[in-house]
Amino acid sequence: MPDLLRLEGVNTHIGQYHILQGVDFVVPEKQLVMLLGRNGAGKTTCLRTIMGLWRASAGKVLYQDREIQGLQTPDISRLGIAYVPENMGIFAGLTVRENLVLAARGGDPDDTRLERIFRLFPAMQKFWHSHAGNLSGGQKQMLAISRAIVEPRRLLLIDEPTKGLAPAIIGAMIEAFGELKRDTTLLVVEQNFHFARSLGDAVAVMDSGRIVHTGAMAALAADGRLQQRLLGLSLESHQ
Amino acid sequence: MKTDWIPLAVIPLLALAALPLVGSVPTWVTLTVAGLAMGMMIFMMASGLTLVFGLMDVMNFAHGIFISVGAYGAATVLTRMGAQMQGGTLAGDLSVMLPAVAAAIALAAVMGWFFERVLIRPVYGDHLKQILITMGGLIVFEQLIHVVWGADMIPLPRPGAITGSFILGDAAIERYRVAAVVVGLVVFAALWIILNRTRIGLLVRAGVENPEMVESLGYRIRRLFVGVFVAGSGLAGLGGAMWAMYQEQVTPAMGMQVLVVVFIVVIIGGLGSVGGCFVGALLVGLMANYTGFLAPKLALGSNILLMVLVLLWRPRGLYPVGKA
Repeated sequence: MPDLLRLEGVNTHIGQYHILQGVDFVVPEKQLVMLLGRNGAGKTTCLRTIMGLWRASAGKVLYQDREIQGLQTPDISRLGIAYVPENMGIFAGLTVRENLVLAARGGDPDDTRLERIFRLFPAMQKFWHSHAGNLSGGQKQMLAISRAIVEPRRLLLIDEPTKGLAPAIIGAMIEAFGELKRDTTLLVVEQNFHFARSLGDAVAVMDSGRIVHTGAMAALAADGRLQQRLLGLSLESHQ
Repeated sequence: MKTDWIPLAVIPLLALAALPLVGSVPTWVTLTVAGLAMGMMIFMMASGLTLVFGLMDVMNFAHGIFISVGAYGAATVLTRMGAQMQGGTLAGDLSVMLPAVAAAIALAAVMGWFFERVLIRPVYGDHLKQILITMGGLIVFEQLIHVVWGADMIPLPRPGAITGSFILGDAAIERYRVAAVVVGLVVFAALWIILNRTRIGLLVRAGVENPEMVESLGYRIRRLFVGVFVAGSGLAGLGGAMWAMYQEQVTPAMGMQVLVVVFIVVIIGGLGSVGGCFVGALLVGLMANYTGFLAPKLALGSNILLMVLVLLWRPRGLYPVGKA
């Protein structure tokens, strides 16, 4: 598979703090890459830097072999990259419909894509005219992901999609992501190892602003010692 | 989300509470209409400011200059074309008022564009610098008004069609105040339609909540902000022109003087909320008129008290906007 996204020696400073310290990894086309790491490792900064929300102070972010680290966020989005932040970024004062209409830049959302969204997340159809602020945490996450896929996108950047969700909702998310990864490339930051193991094709592990491991997700899932060393966890504790 | 009617209900409650204190129904009717008219004019001046606050987190103390410039723009047209209003016909009045209002809006909008481009753009994200540079801009441009139009007060002729009063029972209601209420309602309705029924409005509402996410969806929030800033400045100019005709005079400091009340309205309404701004402006207008009649020395203080009470009740304003 060709690489859709490649980071080469990416550094990011936020104020006086040097957060990303030479990040290198690739996201191959049509794969789901899990970006794992302890709290404060720089995972969210990594996604925000790709999206142009924070500027890379050095290094290259290549999307389809084109350098994008100097582009503005709207231009990066228009290249076909969608971003779901850790706080989901839904517009609470807008209805579910309005949130999706806004994300479909060309006008009203395409019917085929809406049908797909309703199939993946039936709650979106049920609460179509409800204000997003009134949705439950899981429904808000579904809306955030629906918004990312209401237009054709080649790459989805999703930050901790299972954060704070009930186990039953996480199960529904795993199913939805399973379908999404059939035709979309995803880079997902995740703390829930069960979720990561269930869906990830590849994995990149961060620590202290650097990538300390890359490889197949299955290999990491099968190696308890490696998990313990990289993530400070044992598989048994996350069954 | 159901519409929150409680803040809206405070308007008639305040009016009814004032009735026994005023003691006379005709006087109360006159004061209430005057309060609503004042509220509508303040709403026009404040609506742009609240959106600028909400959308880009910019503290623009120079907003008062758009009010002043609008008033002077209208005054220039009204004094130069005043002869056309001598006939006392509605057509004659409109032939002067419409260009006067258009001049007020256009002048304030151009000024708004200049301010955003030159003064505010370099200080995005820095509140202290925003306060300093916009206050400085307000002072400099107020002095420029002295240079262009002079430091003296300019008396304004009010068109005949909106001069005088209606008699309703024993109450005298100024025509101009009714006209101000009508114009205010039209502006509010237009803003409501734009914000709730158009894609631009959808973007503005989303941008007020979470500008970063709007950018992540592929929209250039900066362009949107410039548009809102210019439109808000134009509205301030319209409010300034209406206020000048209400006062029948213009002075260089009028924008700065009314800015205190404008800020109270923006805070009461909830930063970024046009609906809150509307309700807050009506409350402030009514409060100012009732206390102006009952205890004139407390007129401004009463509005600060109103702000304190509202913030104790709803710390983020009457209709808080869910900022991300």
